[in-house]
Order: sequence, then C-alpha cells, then structure tokens
Amino acid sequence: MKLKKEKSKLVFPDLSSIPCIDKVGVEERVARFQTRSIKDASKEQALRMVLNMIDLTTLEGKDTPQKVKQMCYKAMHLHDAHPGLPSVAAVCVYPSMVAVAKKEVQDSGVKVASVSTAFPSGQAPLSIKLEDTKFAIDEGADEIDMVISRGKFLSGEYQYVFDEIAAIKEVCGKVRLKVILETGELITLDNVRKASEIAMYAGADFIKTSTGKIQPAATMQVTYTMLCAIKDYYHKTGIMIGMKPAGGISTAKLSIHNLVMVKEVLGSAWLTNEYFRFGASSLANDVLMQVLKTETGIYQSADYFSID
Amino acid sequence: MRLEILKTYKLFIGGQFPRTESGRYYPALNKKGEVIANMCLSSRKDVKNAVVSARKVQLAWGEKTAFNRSQIIYRIAEMLEGRRDQFISELVKQGISKNKAEEEVNLAVDRIVYYAGWCDKFAPIFSSVNPVASSHFNFSALEPMGVVGIFASETSSLIGLISLILPVIVGGNTCVVLASESLPLCAVTLAEVINTSDVPGGVVNILTGKAGELASTFASHMDINALFYAGSDEALLSELQQKANSNLKRVYSYTYDWGSEKGQDVYIINDFQEVKTTWHPIENVGGASSNY
Amino acid sequence: MAEKKHKTAKGAIEWDYSPALESTSHVQLKDRYDLFIGGKFVKPSSGLYFDTINPANEEKLAEVGHGNAADIDKAVKAARKAYNEVWSIMPAKERAKYIFRIARIMQERAREFAVVETLDAGKTIREARDIDIPLACNHLFYYAGWADKLEYAFPNRSVRSLGVVGQIIPWNFPLLMAAWKIGPALATGNTIVLKPAESTPLTALLLAEVIKESGLPEGVVNIVTGFGDAGAALVNHPDVNKIAFTGSTNVGKLIQQAVAGTKKKVTLELGGKSANIIFQDAAIDQAVEGIVNGIFFNQGHVCCAGSRLFLQEPVYEEVLRKLKDRIQTLIVGNPLDKNTDVGAINSKEQLDTIHKYLKIGKKEGAEMYQPECPLPAKGYYCPPTLFTNVAQSSIIAQEEIFGPVLTIQTFRTVDEVIQKANNSPYGLAAGIWTEKGSQIFNVSSRLRAGVIWANTYNKFDPTSPFGGYKESGFGREGGIHGLAPYVKLEAL
Repeated sequence: MKLKKEKSKLVFPDLSSIPCIDKVGVEERVARFQTRSIKDASKEQALRMVLNMIDLTTLEGKDTPQKVKQMCYKAMHLHDAHPGLPSVAAVCVYPSMVAVAKKEVQDSGVKVASVSTAFPSGQAPLSIKLEDTKFAIDEGADEIDMVISRGKFLSGEYQYVFDEIAAIKEVCGKVRLKVILETGELITLDNVRKASEIAMYAGADFIKTSTGKIQPAATMQVTYTMLCAIKDYYHKTGIMIGMKPAGGISTAKLSIHNLVMVKEVLGSAWLTNEYFRFGASSLANDVLMQVLKTETGIYQSADYFSID
Repeated sequence: MRLEILKTYKLFIGGQFPRTESGRYYPALNKKGEVIANMCLSSRKDVKNAVVSARKVQLAWGEKTAFNRSQIIYRIAEMLEGRRDQFISELVKQGISKNKAEEEVNLAVDRIVYYAGWCDKFAPIFSSVNPVASSHFNFSALEPMGVVGIFASETSSLIGLISLILPVIVGGNTCVVLASESLPLCAVTLAEVINTSDVPGGVVNILTGKAGELASTFASHMDINALFYAGSDEALLSELQQKANSNLKRVYSYTYDWGSEKGQDVYIINDFQEVKTTWHPIENVGGASSNY
Repeated sequence: MAEKKHKTAKGAIEWDYSPALESTSHVQLKDRYDLFIGGKFVKPSSGLYFDTINPANEEKLAEVGHGNAADIDKAVKAARKAYNEVWSIMPAKERAKYIFRIARIMQERAREFAVVETLDAGKTIREARDIDIPLACNHLFYYAGWADKLEYAFPNRSVRSLGVVGQIIPWNFPLLMAAWKIGPALATGNTIVLKPAESTPLTALLLAEVIKESGLPEGVVNIVTGFGDAGAALVNHPDVNKIAFTGSTNVGKLIQQAVAGTKKKVTLELGGKSANIIFQDAAIDQAVEGIVNGIFFNQGHVCCAGSRLFLQEPVYEEVLRKLKDRIQTLIVGNPLDKNTDVGAINSKEQLDTIHKYLKIGKKEGAEMYQPECPLPAKGYYCPPTLFTNVAQSSIIAQEEIFGPVLTIQTFRTVDEVIQKANNSPYGLAAGIWTEKGSQIFNVSSRLRAGVIWANTYNKFDPTSPFGGYKESGFGREGGIHGLAPYVKLEAL
C-alpha cells in the first residue's frame, strides 16, 4: 500500500470523469443486499463485528460530563452480564467533552472521536473551524469528524470545499479525519458521489454520511454510492478509505445489511473498524439483544440492557 | 385514320420501369378472350431485385415524419384523380362497364385520401403507456415490420391493389406487389401515378406475373418480413404460410370486399406494425421511494 | 496503477454467509401426478409416467403422467365442451371473478409454489419467491380485470373469443409462462389445453390443484404433461382454434409450418440473442448491475437475456474490470439457499449444450473468464462465464446459448453498434445504457427488437407487452396488446 499523499501533492479530482448514478439502479442493487439471509455462525460473527465498529455517539446541546462518562463506561462494558463481547470502536462527542471522554477511556482501546468545524452546520469561517479542530486534538481526540460546507458545495464552489478539507487534514496530522458529507442536504446521489471524490482527494481517511441532525441520514443508497466511490479511489490510488454511515442505523438487521454491502462492494479487507464504522447511539443495544437471541434462541427485552 | 400508340406495360422496381429480366411475357386478355396487352411475366430474379429496392429505402421511408408520409400519400390521390380517364379506359378494356369503372376510380381516390389521413393517427390508437408496478416509465409504440410482400386480389384491378398497398405503406413499410394476374393493366398505370407523386423509389414495387409461380419465392425470401394475401386460393395461401417459416414471416390474409366502402380498415395498418415496448427508470416513483 | 491485493488490515477477517436454506417442510409433493382433464385428475391413457428430477441434486421429485395424443384429444374435447356449454356463454364479469379467485389462491400458496418451482426448475429460491411467483399471480390479476372491458381494447369492433386454445410452455419460467398464457386466454373467453415442459411440470400441476380448488368449471383449463409428441398432437389437433407457443425458434418454425392452411391463429415467443449496449457516458456501476442481471438472471435461461454485451471502447477496460469483480461476488450453488445468486442449470441436456458452446468459444479463439467458485458435486451447474475477444461472426456471438454465458464485443460509434446489434436473425430485446436521452431514443428506435430496456434490464410486468421481431416470434404477451392474440374482431 502506498503512503497517503502529502498535502503539497493533493490533487483536485477530475469531477468530469466520475460516473453518473442512476438512482433506480441503486435502489435495485440495495434491495439485493437486503435479500441476503444472514444466519447462524455468520450472524454471530456479524453481530460482534458490528459492535466493534460502533462509534458510540452523543452529540446534544444538553450533553454533560456525567452523560459522557456514562457513555464511555458503556463503550468499554457493553453488557458485562455476557462476557467476551468486544468493546465499541470509539466514542464520539463534541470538542468540549473530549477531555472528559479521554480520561474515561484512557488506554482501553476505545478511541475518542470529536466532531469539529462548527458541527453540525459548518457555518463558520475557516479560521474558527481550524481552531475548533486544533482544540479537540489538543484535548486528546484520536479522530476528527468534520463537516463539509454544504452551502459552498451546492453553489458549485468545489475547490473551496476541497481546500477546506485539506486545511483541516493538515491540522489533524496523524489524527484520523472523517469527512461528513451530510448527504441529506446534498439531495442527489450524483452530488454524494462528487462530494465523496472531493473529500477523498482532499485527504479524508474516512468519508461519513451524516451528522445525525438531518433526515434522511445513512440510507443504504447513500452508503452504497460512497462505497462505490471508495472502490474506484482504491483502484486508482491503492489507498483504502474508510466508510462511516451515521444516523438512522438503529437495528441489528440494518447494520448487517450494511456489512453485506461492504463485503460485496469492497471486500472483506474493509470489514474492520479501521475502515468501517457505524455512527450510532441506539444500535448497540439492539445488536446485544440479537447476540443473546442468537445464542439462547430466546427473544430479548430492552429492559435488560442498560441505556446510557 | 390515326394509328393508336399502344402502351408497353413494364414492371416497377426501385422507381424504375424495367422489363422483366427474364424476357418472358404473358398475354392479358379481356372478357372475350382477346389480347389487350402483353404483360411482363416476372421471374424469381425480378422478385429479388424488387426486394433489394424495397429494403434499401425502407428505413428512410419509415423514419419520415408521419405528417410527411401523409402529404406524400395524399399526393398519390391527386395524381390518380388527374389520370382518372386512363384508369377508366383500362378498367373498361378489362371488361367492366364504364359506370362501374368510374365508381371504382372514385372509390380508389377516396380510399387513398382515407389512408393518407391515417398516417399520423393510427399510432396513438394502437400504442399504450403501461402502468408498470415499478419505478419505470413504460410505453409501447408501433414500428413498421419492414418489407411486405403483397399478393393482390384477383377480382379487382385497381381498388384491390390500392386497398392493399396503402395500409402497408401508410405504416412506414415498403412493399413488393404481385398484381392480379388476370387484371394487371391498372397496376402498371398505378405505378406511374405513384412514381410521379413524391413516393420515394422502392417504397412500392409492382410486378406482374403468376402468383402460383412466384409464391414460393416470396414466402421463402429471407428479407421479406411479412406477407399480405388477398386472394381466395386456399392452396396458395397454405403454401405461403408453410414456406413463410423460413424467417418467421407474419402472414395475413383478408376476405374484405375491397370494392365496397367497407374495404378499408385501420386494423390492417396495425397488422403490419410491430409493437416495441421501452422501459426507462423514473426517480421517486413506485419502488424508488427513498430520498436524500 | 495500484497493487491489486488488499493489505490485510488489523482485525479484518473473512466473513462468509452460512447456509440459509428455505424450508421445504410445508411442501408435500405427491409421489405421482396425473393429468388434469375435464376438471379431474386422470391417469394417462398409456398408463405411463415419467420422472421429474431436481436438477440441483439429480434426485427424483415425483412421477408425472406421460400424456400422448389420445390424452390431448380427450383434453381438447373437454375444453370444447366447456367452451360450448359454459365458458363462452358465461357473463364476462363472472369469468373475471374466477380468474381473480385463482390468482388469490395462488397468492395464498405462493411460498409452496416458490419452493416447488425451485426444486423442479433449479432456479434460485430468491428469484422464484420474489419474481416468478408474484409476477405469475399479478399477471392473472391483471387479465382478470380485462374480461368485462374488452370493447375498450378494440375501438370500433365487437370482440369474440376464439374457442379452444392450445398452449405450449417452456421450462425456464414454468409457472410464470403458464400464467402468461392462461390469463389472457381465459379473460377473453377461451378454454385451454396447456402442455407444460417435460422437465418442469410440477408447478403447472399445482396450478391444476388451485384451479380445481377455485371451482372453475370443469374443462375450462386442462393440463396435459408430456413430451414433444403431445405438443405436436396439440398443434395438429383439428378442433384447436389457436396455438400459443413459447420455446425455441426451431420448434416455432415447425409450428408455423404445421398450422399452415388451417384457420388456427398462432403466436410464437421464441429465442433471442439480445444486445446489451453500454455507452461511455452510462452510469457505469448501475450498468454493470444491468449486465449481470441481463445475463445471469435465471442462469441465463431467459429468451431475452442480454447475451451479447457491447462496450464502447473508452470504458471497455473499466467495465470489464468491474464486471469481473462483480461476478466474483455471485454465489453459485444450491438454489434453495436464500443467498444463492445463480442456481442449477435446468437439465443435463441443457448443461451439455452450454458446455458445447464453451468449447466452441475457446476453439474460436475467444478468451474465457469464470470466477473461482466452488460448485456442488452433484447436480447441474455452470459458473457465470464471460467471453472476450469475440468476433461478430463467431458462433458463440450468433447462436442462443440459453445459459450464463456472455460474449463481449467493443464498438466505437453509434451506427456501428446499431448495425452489430441488429445483425442477427433474432429481435427480442435490447439494453441501452447512456445518460443522454436523445441517444436513448435514437438507438432504441433503430434497434429491431420488441423490448428495449434503457438503463435497466430484464424487467417484466403484466401491463407491459412482451414479444419479438424477426425470428424471435410474433404476437405480444402482456398489456393491452396481449389480448389481441386471443380474440377475433368483428366490424360493428
């Protein structure tokens, strides 16, 4: 694998050469993933993978240190009544909560991801976005989830969007950068594809669907479109970009359909939290209930799984 | 006393008037059994040449706008009207009364006008937009079959011919016509009318000769798409149907009374059309319901 | 160009799908099935039965009555009697209600139909469950509604039924083809003798049970299982008014010849070698799906399969790469597994035919590509197969293979590809992939084919007429146009 390109070598993508997208065809393809029947051993394996790919998230104005602490505990101890479960991949919080979260997870292996760049709207000057990012990193963030400037994108200022991502990536250095396209505001799959290209060429380590604040969020159609972009980028550059659908994935079933999609579009190499994440707040418990159901054959109740 | 100039009756192929390449002829007789003209006795090779001409121009004829075809076909009526006396005299020569002959020519002109009007109207009657249960726009439209072989009615010379050729060419097909063996005169004169009325050469090709001799050639020819039989010879029809399987020709036979007002029908136009159904996705209809 | 092998990421492990077999516990196949004549299940006059086997494992499923000319005659007589005494004089709206009722019962038994179709035909349970069976039910629903509205389909005409119709159907979509045939024939007031294909008779016989259950008057639909001789007897029977046949072009030609000189109406839905054309401006990833769906749907046992792929040269490499990647993810194997994408080849005979063409292709110098995929030890299977370096004149690009075999050619200009696409005795279907609307209409109007799929492929719907140009047959099935083959029209 080649090393990631240096900033000075970042090249704006040739947007005229990217494939256009037929939405109905995408719908049909997605429907096929959903007909995959995942059972028995493959289901058990999938459920554990899903747990291990979750970015457990709280992104609310009313977040408090206490709330974040509780979530961090949950991240490391998903369901202690059932030993042997993996932890989630990361917790995802606002910059102001990074220090709190970092202190909780320490070296458990659970990473701390921080949203930044005036999340969720991104409506702030670049200088403030850079400052926002720097602050999160200084507080100990392992990963940065930035938002693109959708307004600029929709008005066709693609170079601006590109430069902004590149600037944030420069601040990030080795901290992994996830670029949120907020696909619910991009309207068309063609735009989703275009924004994916811009983000990847500008230095994103991950591309991510949504902030979770806008509906629709991580539809399979959108995720599929982004996976196709990642595949083409890998073919051209040899660089593996990660994918993070976020928002709206709250059931084990839907998360497994997403894994099916990753496997069949990108291959098994992407089936690790290094390259695939779920941004979710309530997915973990549904997966946990399915884990127990699969092992015991007994349908579970939410009352027996902690809500943090 | 002035010696009348007799007309030489030739074939009509690709907008030209050649003699049969075989050099053969047969006498056309009137009701008393007297020879009224020497007709070309077409050969297999004449059929072949006519099909080549018909094929060559078919795409261009089919792709003309319906309005344009309509104008051209209306022009046939104008030309025929202008030469009505010649047709009447030929019909009379072949043995019907002057009154009947006049009626037949009138009907022929009116029939051409009738079909000219159909050019840009039959399509919506037999086409459809199909409400499929998925996110697709789906419609079925008509297209010409291609080259049609026509065996003219033995019972009427002019109206029988007009009634067969018109519904075929209105729909964008080209044709190779074998005229009535016993009543061939008007066929060649009609060819002259067609040739002077902006119909591209090759759209209508007219041969004279014996159906029994050429049926097999028509039916087995691999570049004829359909056959139109208007005779009453069941054995001949059966032969056409059997040999049509060489390339799965569509074979239609009709028992209309061509000489009456009822001898015209938009359903004949439709019979010589293929139905083409086209699908294309539509965003946000039916199955494609998610939005971004 | 990047190194093709993925680096092994930390924690990435292979994840495969466990078997997910559709349960067969709700299906009780009988040991032996009789013919369905005059509303009753009757033994074949010969007393003989033949085995129908599961092509996925070569095991016998059941014995089926070996109908012959005598049985066909009995069935035609029953159909004539039902026509004269009941069906032709029944009010149209009552006729409609019977067809609706049959469709409803089929829906209720849909899962059983799907499993039996998969067992008997080798098609994947996913397709049987999601495509064949629902479409078959929908087709009957659609035509049921036409029964009392026929005057609206034929302006300025009065509409009459034909009488007894003989229907001969193929093995690739056994129940769906039965529904395609039965729906319009019943709605227009005809009675039926249906002969299913010898390798796939079971769902037609289940349908016979449904018909019985529906209370449809005896003899309105008769189903005689058997071989080609029974089919020929049906075609040649003097008291049959119409033949509707779906199958090979060769047999279609024999039928056209056989009915010459009779007053029988004929519709033929025959073979194809349809072109699927990808222009450089196409939505490439969806086009790749369309290619896959075009040729590997139902193991390529599809008369309208997009078996000739034409790629515009600038995207040749890209599409080929993506196509190869994509077919690597296709799961070939047990059709009853809900995850199987490509099931079993319908019969040993058909598998031999496909293998013959693979040999020919290699001999002709074409380059063959098949993904690595393990095939079950028993049963008839063929992996998805691509041939590149194919000449227009090669046999594999001209003859219908009727299997999961795709020939790939390139083109540069629109005129060139239209010429190549039309350069075939067939004219059933075609696919066009481009984002340019005017190009779609230009190409679609110049392709000599009865069904054009633009930016999609292999879509079917009861409302949509289906049928071919040239040697792909004549007549249309489906939609308003599907009524015409079953009626005679009289001037008002």
